[in-house]
Amino acid sequence: MKEIRYIRAINEAMKEEMERDENVFLIGEDVGGSGGAFAASRDLLKQFGPERIVETPISEAMIMGVAAGAASCGLRPIVEIMFMDFMTICMDGVVNQAAKLRYMFGDQYTVPLVIRTPAGAGLNAGPQHSQSLEAWFAHVPGLKVVMPATPYDVKGLIKSAVRDDNPVIVVENKTLYALKGSIPEEEYVVPIGKADVKKEGTDVTVVATSRMVHESLKAAERLAQENINVEVIDLLSISPWDKEAVFNSVSKTHRLVIAHEAVKSFGIGAEISATAAEEILDQLDAPIMRVGAPFVPVPFSLEKAYLPGADNVISAVKKTLDQSF
Amino acid sequence: MQEPSREDLINFYTRMLRIRRVEERVMEVFLKGEIPGFIHVCIGQEATPVAVCSHLRPSDYVSTTHRGHGHALAKGIDLKLFMAELFGKGNGLCRGRSGSMHVADSRLGIMGANGIVGGGLPIATGAAFTAQYKHTDQVAVCFFGEGATDEGTFHESLNFAAIKKLPILYVCENNGWAQFTPQKVHMPIKNVSDRAANYGLSGVTVPNDFLKIYEAAGQAVRRARNGEGPTLLEVQSIRWYGHFVGDQQKYRGEEDVKTGRQQDCIGNFQQKLLADKVLTEQDLKTIEEDLQKEIEAAVDFARQSPLPSPEELMAEIYV
Repeated sequence: MKEIRYIRAINEAMKEEMERDENVFLIGEDVGGSGGAFAASRDLLKQFGPERIVETPISEAMIMGVAAGAASCGLRPIVEIMFMDFMTICMDGVVNQAAKLRYMFGDQYTVPLVIRTPAGAGLNAGPQHSQSLEAWFAHVPGLKVVMPATPYDVKGLIKSAVRDDNPVIVVENKTLYALKGSIPEEEYVVPIGKADVKKEGTDVTVVATSRMVHESLKAAERLAQENINVEVIDLLSISPWDKEAVFNSVSKTHRLVIAHEAVKSFGIGAEISATAAEEILDQLDAPIMRVGAPFVPVPFSLEKAYLPGADNVISAVKKTLDQSF
Repeated sequence: MQEPSREDLINFYTRMLRIRRVEERVMEVFLKGEIPGFIHVCIGQEATPVAVCSHLRPSDYVSTTHRGHGHALAKGIDLKLFMAELFGKGNGLCRGRSGSMHVADSRLGIMGANGIVGGGLPIATGAAFTAQYKHTDQVAVCFFGEGATDEGTFHESLNFAAIKKLPILYVCENNGWAQFTPQKVHMPIKNVSDRAANYGLSGVTVPNDFLKIYEAAGQAVRRARNGEGPTLLEVQSIRWYGHFVGDQQKYRGEEDVKTGRQQDCIGNFQQKLLADKVLTEQDLKTIEEDLQKEIEAAVDFARQSPLPSPEELMAEIYV
């Protein structure tokens, strides 16, 4: 095992996949000589050259469409979209093209495309550089969406995403880029579609994503001191999500909290709640609670007040205990 | 470039006429209610697909638009399977999932007709990128209308293709009408080819004349294959019918429609072949009869093909 930062784990994943398969290439803005806006591709240009580390003009719509076209022709692009907020500029390429080409053309083409993009607030970057938009893409049939929270998971999921023949969006978190964690020295992948129980518990199931996984673990530690034993599940895959893991947990704890940083209204918590209510209502001893950001754009100086954290998770957990049926 | 042989000329004529007769028959069955959805025929514009695709190999890529039947046929798409797809049948090229607007055949590099105006521009650019990446001498051709050149993707794609010197030919069929809007209302310039200058690219405008398009396309394809980069080729094309079948074109005015139909790229070419004694009146008759047979067989095939089964609806969404 070795210690590594989340951002370096991303770098390693891309490096290893590009070494393994000559059809894999990286395309995006500033990915070349400068090593990327967040240093994700540092030193890769030196190793792989400009043919495979493709630096582009500021043209997200072109980048996404070119990647979809290249993927249809047998290449395996990794697209870096500098901030998840900029996915808005290439929505057609993602939603109408990459997600649909295989279906639309009767399976004549596959689109083995990976989009890597950092979401997340916490750096006072303001309303246009801080959003978490995973719910938009999870809502599109044909796309896969994953949200790794640790160096281990980000490396493993990027590798799985590259090897997956479907378009996969890897939603990174910019505030986790410096986070250190352990990873094996040897080769490994993290499978798409499987959640990970980060902490076992008996009283309440907390399903969390990305930064909220860490907040939920902090919340769990504090709640343990009040003898409340929380199970924290890192969802990892948003679409497809590991319903079995979540339902198994709820069948044990009978209480469910979903915690994500994205705006609470219309977020993925709504999908998980509704599915649980539809299919395992009899397992629940209390209403389902969701933790998410308020229904406003991400503010600049009031950002701390805006961001969901351990306190909100604790509050939600206690509500499920107080509001038993 | 070699002069086309007599056989070539007959082939060109036949293929242009084939597109027209297919489109006419498709209009007929559509108006009878046999084809669901919407149809956008390319009648009047047939010279461009044949003139360009005649320079292409099966392994070269093309992308096209909602008005894409001509490009697909010129690239060699199977008429029966094409027709089955238009009819929405399960054995259509796209398994009945898409119909007219998304015809595609990966075996012939037909990357598909895109229903988003401007959507095919970066995709075709991606195909050209792939050819360059893999060091093959394949080329890509992107077909689109003048309306698409106002989309951001036009600017972004040509810009990138120019920097990378991608092996691509961008063909703009300027038929003067972006759906219901005439060019002068949405474009401050007259020649779309002038836009090539923004990217340091070569831009050429040719009339709706088969041999002129053929020559310009040939030069551009050769340039692309030799690694000399992209070209923007504009054809002053003419759309005979409305934007979609059923569109009465009242916005266009009778004069414009009448003048348009007087310029017939196929009729002109036919006259030339007759005058040069490449074809006789009897030959013309035979060609028409053969086409008629081929097209009826395709329509019959489509009619008799089964619809997709209900199980197809929830076909595996992931590969």
